[in-house]
Amino acid sequence: METFTYYPGCTLRTKAKDLDKYARSSAAALGICLEEPDEWQCCGGAYTTAANEPATKLSAVRTLNAAKKLGRPLITVCSACHNVIKQTNYDISRNEAMQTKVKNYLGLEEAYTGETTIYHYLEMLRDVVGFDKLAEKVVNPFNGKKIAAYYGCLLLRPSKAMAMDDPENPTIMEDFIRAVGGTPVIWQQRNECCGGYITMEDKAQAAKRSNIVMKNAEDIGAEMVITACPLCLYNLKKNSDSNLPVHYFTEILAEALGVKEDSGNE
Amino acid sequence: MQRIGVFVCHCGTNIAATVDVKAVAEALSHEPGVIVSQDYQYMCSESGQNLIKDAIMEHSLTGVVVCSCSPRMHENTFRKAAAAAGLNPYLVEIANIREQCSWIHKDIATATEKAIILGRAAVAKVHLNAPLTAGESPVVKRALVIGGGIAGIQTALDIAEAGFDVDIVEKEPTIGGKMAQIDKTFPTLDCAACILTPKMVECSQNEKIHIHSFSEIADVKGFVGNFTVTIKKKARFVDETKCTGCGLCTEKCPMKKVPNEFNMGLDNRTAIYIPFAQAVPKVATIDPNYCLMLKNGKCGVCSKVCSVGAIDYKQTDKLIEEKYGAIVVATGFNPIKIDKYEEFAYSQSPDVVTSLELERLMNAAGPNGGTLLRPSDKTHPHTIVFVQCVGSRCDDEKGKPYCSKICCMYTAKHAMLIREKYPDTDVYVFYIDVRTPGKNFDEFYRRAVEQYGVHYIKGMVGKVTPRSDGKLEVQASDLLANEQLHIDADMVVLAAAIEPDKSARPLATMLTTQMDTNDFFTEAHPKLRPVESATAGIFLSGACQGPKDIPETVAQASAAAAKAIGLLCKNSITCNPCVAHSDELMCNGCSSCEKVCPYGAITYIDKEFRMPDRTTRIRRVASVNPAVCQGCGACTVACPSGAMDLNGFSNSQIMAEVDAICK
Repeated sequence: METFTYYPGCTLRTKAKDLDKYARSSAAALGICLEEPDEWQCCGGAYTTAANEPATKLSAVRTLNAAKKLGRPLITVCSACHNVIKQTNYDISRNEAMQTKVKNYLGLEEAYTGETTIYHYLEMLRDVVGFDKLAEKVVNPFNGKKIAAYYGCLLLRPSKAMAMDDPENPTIMEDFIRAVGGTPVIWQQRNECCGGYITMEDKAQAAKRSNIVMKNAEDIGAEMVITACPLCLYNLKKNSDSNLPVHYFTEILAEALGVKEDSGNE
Repeated sequence: MQRIGVFVCHCGTNIAATVDVKAVAEALSHEPGVIVSQDYQYMCSESGQNLIKDAIMEHSLTGVVVCSCSPRMHENTFRKAAAAAGLNPYLVEIANIREQCSWIHKDIATATEKAIILGRAAVAKVHLNAPLTAGESPVVKRALVIGGGIAGIQTALDIAEAGFDVDIVEKEPTIGGKMAQIDKTFPTLDCAACILTPKMVECSQNEKIHIHSFSEIADVKGFVGNFTVTIKKKARFVDETKCTGCGLCTEKCPMKKVPNEFNMGLDNRTAIYIPFAQAVPKVATIDPNYCLMLKNGKCGVCSKVCSVGAIDYKQTDKLIEEKYGAIVVATGFNPIKIDKYEEFAYSQSPDVVTSLELERLMNAAGPNGGTLLRPSDKTHPHTIVFVQCVGSRCDDEKGKPYCSKICCMYTAKHAMLIREKYPDTDVYVFYIDVRTPGKNFDEFYRRAVEQYGVHYIKGMVGKVTPRSDGKLEVQASDLLANEQLHIDADMVVLAAAIEPDKSARPLATMLTTQMDTNDFFTEAHPKLRPVESATAGIFLSGACQGPKDIPETVAQASAAAAKAIGLLCKNSITCNPCVAHSDELMCNGCSSCEKVCPYGAITYIDKEFRMPDRTTRIRRVASVNPAVCQGCGACTVACPSGAMDLNGFSNSQIMAEVDAICK
């Protein structure tokens, strides 16, 4: 059984328990052990874009440094956490002055210089498990159900730092859908923004964006939308007029692997 | 005892601003053998050269060192000056204190010190220089043109016109290139075929021009005036000498579902095909990837219907060898693949097309017979959005950093032609800048805007979303009005960047010519020698050197022809005497030098040697053909016994330079 360090992030402990729960049960079914580090904090959230402010990097580096000490790759699952952690890792590995500052802030014995390898859960499925091996373990295939993969903006961009897939023509989620027996639909709004945090300030704007995304998915004939992002799921469900079901990709993974048991979580 | 003169050039302030030239002249005057050391503002000027000539005569100099710019620039100038004063030109050495010193340093003290060291090395070398005499080699009176597009065609016609034989090697089954696919040409809107096909026919009828179609360059040996080129004539499974181009085989061929390259895959052709009606040579070609006979051995219909028995399923690739005095490269361009620009939904909707595809869609000989119809449902498009600079002027690795130069004009042409023919169709053009330098170009663009009412919008398209109702939802920004635009379009046309043909890079290696980072061939000088490559005898024609429209391509093609003709007119050319030679007494015939020689200049001979005991022995030793050797020096480094040496750059001279530098 291969073991990885696992970072759920705050939202997966509160609003997005399903994303977390099914990620864990599916990993177990795939023979992968996910171990949380003893201590982790918020990924750093929306502050990470401040290139010159070390305070915005500290949270992410705590997790990254913990993973470095454990000596295993770090698995993330929430799009936003993945984006923050991966970008921070990318930035700090290229900025020696920042490494020193962060070391001093955190009182580290040795500077963190970007040593940790980070996999998004989807990348783990693709690069560690392999989509062909995953397909072999599927017990409840989706029988050609038309599923639209929604990447949103955080999973793929900035592409240099994220290095997951082609930001304009990604295939990783589509290959995942094929592996669980679904039929991926290719649609243009799959890598556009859902409205994000703007829902806190201007619900109408978020609704506009979410509606554009959901309309395109409906128009193209999708029967279901999947995402890796709690905020996308919220916007697409709560802020759009569409009735198209939106699920976490881990949920349909768990269902395909036959490890989804109903629970009271949202 | 050597009598050496040192001449230090200021090059205006190019050298003098960073190097204390007087100190250099003074320091070098104390070097052994130096009897005169002077500085001057412009050593390459006439008075500068006279300074050198006078010194040679006055002091009976036996060697000259000029501390100046790169030898690429003025070595020849100073050699000529020395020769005029009666000194063997190969007794002149250049110390490059400009490119390798003053231009790259800021600190005067260190730059001066380095200039002195470079000068000292040159003085040490010139001590060992021997007078050399250049030989002559004959010029083969035949030219090779690689690529049969409009550039290659024009070059070949001009060379043939001057009375020289010229071969065109074209990798496709027909000459004509990209221009044959184009509908109309800017800025006069004359039909491309009408002006191109007569030139193609002229090529086939001119007895001085020999077309090797469906052929590639396999190998190039030799040097200016005397190239030996191996041409691979690819198997077309049709005997060119018998085929009359009647086209019956293409009608009867049962394999009708082959994507038609000439129409950009927008319709199908048969497995045996003639690319288009005016093809030259008008000879059928069998595509072995689709031919049922070649794949499964079952069919043979074309062979049965061919009345002249031209079909030959057993044909194989054939190599032929030809000799040429000059080579002109005209390998042209291709639009880039736009799979990295999926925001425009090119792979998702057939109604998103590239500009070259639109050319075919609008061409009378194209898939729709000249009526512009949407590829998806063959309906008339009412709104068309053009996106410029797709992959051009990109600052990331997805696209090209350069401007593709032709897109602004052909997009204006497309927009104008569509508005002219279909006034009910709305045309939007999204641009970063509209670039229209060229005779009658800006007037042309303004006509599109003012007379034809094309909507030019400064801004880029961010997203194209195909909808289930067949519309393409275009999201874009209008930078001048500072607003977001949403246009429901029927078609989107992408002006894809252009890049050199993929065959260019391996060809450059064979020709030992240089390319830039974008794989365009590099000209010998960007301003003063724009149609020559840095390799003697290799000339550049058309878009293989940089993006160009048709008028510019034709101008450059004729210029390259003029240069080639200038070379072919000579009966012989002066050889470089700085060639390798082997010391037969030291050579043990190991073949190391032969293996590294890029020019095939080294052969082995069996030679009789007298041994100390008065017997004779036959030994195998290397022998250099001085007419083929280019003096690269690879053999002198490879030789394990030190038998190979290079005239003008002998091992002892180079060691003397190193010693002088390390002193």
